[in-house]
Amino acid sequence: MELPQTLSMSAVSSTLGIFERKKKRDVHLGDRIFFWVLRLLAIGVMLLLLGITLNLLRVSFPIFSKFGLSYFVTNTWNPVTEKFGAGAFIYGTVVSSLIALVISVPISIGVSVFLTELAPRRLAEAVGFLVEMLAAIPSVVYGLWGIFVLAPWLRTTLQPALASTFGFLPLFQGPPYGIGMLTAGIILAIMISPTISAICREVFKAISLQQREAALALGATRWETISLAVLKSSASGIFGAVILGLGRALGETMAVTMVIGNRADISASLFAPGQTMASVIANEYAEATSDMHLAALSAVGLALFLVSFLINSSARFLVWRATRKSKGARA
Amino acid sequence: MLKTNIFAVLTLAFLGATSVMAANNPVLLNGAGATFPYPLYSKWFSEYAKANPSARINYQSIGSGGGIRQLLENTVDFGASDAPMTDEQLGKSKTPVLHIPTVLGAVAVTYNLPDLKQKIRLNSEVLAAIFLGKITKWSDPALAKLNPGVNFPKELPIVVAHRSDGSGTSAIFTDYLSKVSPEWREKVGAGTAVSWPTGLGGKGNEGVTGVIKQTPGSIGYVELIYAESNKLPVAQLQNKSKKFIEPSMKSVTSAASGSLASLPADFRVSITDAAGAESYPISGFTYLLVYQTMPADKGTTLVKFLKWAIADGQKMAEPLFYAPLPKAMIGKVAKKINEIKTH
Repeated sequence: MELPQTLSMSAVSSTLGIFERKKKRDVHLGDRIFFWVLRLLAIGVMLLLLGITLNLLRVSFPIFSKFGLSYFVTNTWNPVTEKFGAGAFIYGTVVSSLIALVISVPISIGVSVFLTELAPRRLAEAVGFLVEMLAAIPSVVYGLWGIFVLAPWLRTTLQPALASTFGFLPLFQGPPYGIGMLTAGIILAIMISPTISAICREVFKAISLQQREAALALGATRWETISLAVLKSSASGIFGAVILGLGRALGETMAVTMVIGNRADISASLFAPGQTMASVIANEYAEATSDMHLAALSAVGLALFLVSFLINSSARFLVWRATRKSKGARA
Repeated sequence: MLKTNIFAVLTLAFLGATSVMAANNPVLLNGAGATFPYPLYSKWFSEYAKANPSARINYQSIGSGGGIRQLLENTVDFGASDAPMTDEQLGKSKTPVLHIPTVLGAVAVTYNLPDLKQKIRLNSEVLAAIFLGKITKWSDPALAKLNPGVNFPKELPIVVAHRSDGSGTSAIFTDYLSKVSPEWREKVGAGTAVSWPTGLGGKGNEGVTGVIKQTPGSIGYVELIYAESNKLPVAQLQNKSKKFIEPSMKSVTSAASGSLASLPADFRVSITDAAGAESYPISGFTYLLVYQTMPADKGTTLVKFLKWAIADGQKMAEPLFYAPLPKAMIGKVAKKINEIKTH
């Protein structure tokens, strides 16, 4: 956040410098030093990223030399016998994040449409503020709320209801513990909603008023205006928002750890406990003493790092494409 | 805002500097390790520093595993662990490492049976069978046999809760189960983190307690300190002498006394399933890990502190729910402390 601002300030001051003394182009020694310091800092960040990747590779090397790439697909995790496979954690991360998306995406898009298109300005501001407040709650608080409020409610109300209505699906079978994959997914859905709805709102706001007016002028109803002029033309922006929310869900640790039940198992039922990549690292790293166990945890970290990296870069790309398009449309 | 912050930082730095000067350059010892004894250790270190301004001890409670790692990498002056170091780990250290037991901890079995007034009784076979997932209902005849007169709820499934994070508590608990159940030893084994055959994992004592409180029919294990301070229902366990014992500081110290006869010279011992009529079976020492040879100033300070810890320090243990070392053991530990050499 700070870097671009200071950079632009340096640009301003250097142009001022040019106006003051027209003979030399880059005059102030201070400016040049400033520029180089900032450049070094920027390079430093990239080196840090590279260093983290290399270090993760180095520490997790014993795992890959022993188990190979099958490490990523097997799901035994036994620190006592030192047999490790991260399949169950990758599965847990992906499934809990998917549940979160299924719940959160429609709600978030709905909220943003309501706030930008339908709600009176005052109400929109108040509700928008409240939604964004959700992002400020520490994840451990979500976790505690999950254990003490959400899980009991799921166990006594929602899960029995799901089991009796959709019990024929393997997704909703098995004993309702209240704690498990579904609970983690719901908590994550609440946690990523502010991210998705905030970005969607920005994307919707970027669409020009003329486009909406054009739709109205063609005789579109309000719903048609929203779906044609707003939703359709911002599809890739929405997608970017969803991907960013997904990125957050993939990496969330504390709240998930507290409610997912922490079991290295792949189970068809959403009621069953599971475990995610982030939670197994948080759980076991402090007390892991054997080299193999540490290597296995680092390899989980590497997997998580790669997945998050892929998702974040694809989100960047999509948002970039969306903004370029909307700018093009305006011009 | 920023100005006040800077001012506050400067004042603090100044105060810190003056207090350091007043203490005449105290010897600074850095330690890291187990979280379980942290409340006691932090009290020890602050009380000791008050009485001896020439010493300052910093302790980071990063977990036993982290403590051992830092000790092996020579980044701390001492480590702390709930489980003794393995031979393999000791072999990695450049200087020999001594284990100094400080206090004892125990693991309590706690449960959620809402309509039950009396405490339940368990023996090692039933406990192992429950955690192996072989006894799955509270109405199981094995439970009824151990608890005559107790009306267990019919058809209520048993939900096992265990620690999901690696912890000394799990290490002591699984060590006990491995000792008393060959099937457990073969299928699961012992360690700070194991592959649990059944149940839900909660993070930390509070996570396990959260699962148990919210789930009728659940059973799990937590540190005794945690069970006592939160007034959780705890099961009585049958010990080696076939008596049913409730976990308490007394019954834990008794377990240590019961193991005195077989105490090895380096104190690296598990005292689960200990002998003695009053001994609670799931308990263990927690250790400070120190180098056998240390630089003169740090070494003498640490030796002094350790001697204080096993004398005056023991009195602070009980109010914080830690079981003190048995009296008969203090002399042996003092001898071990004297083995620390300075150069």
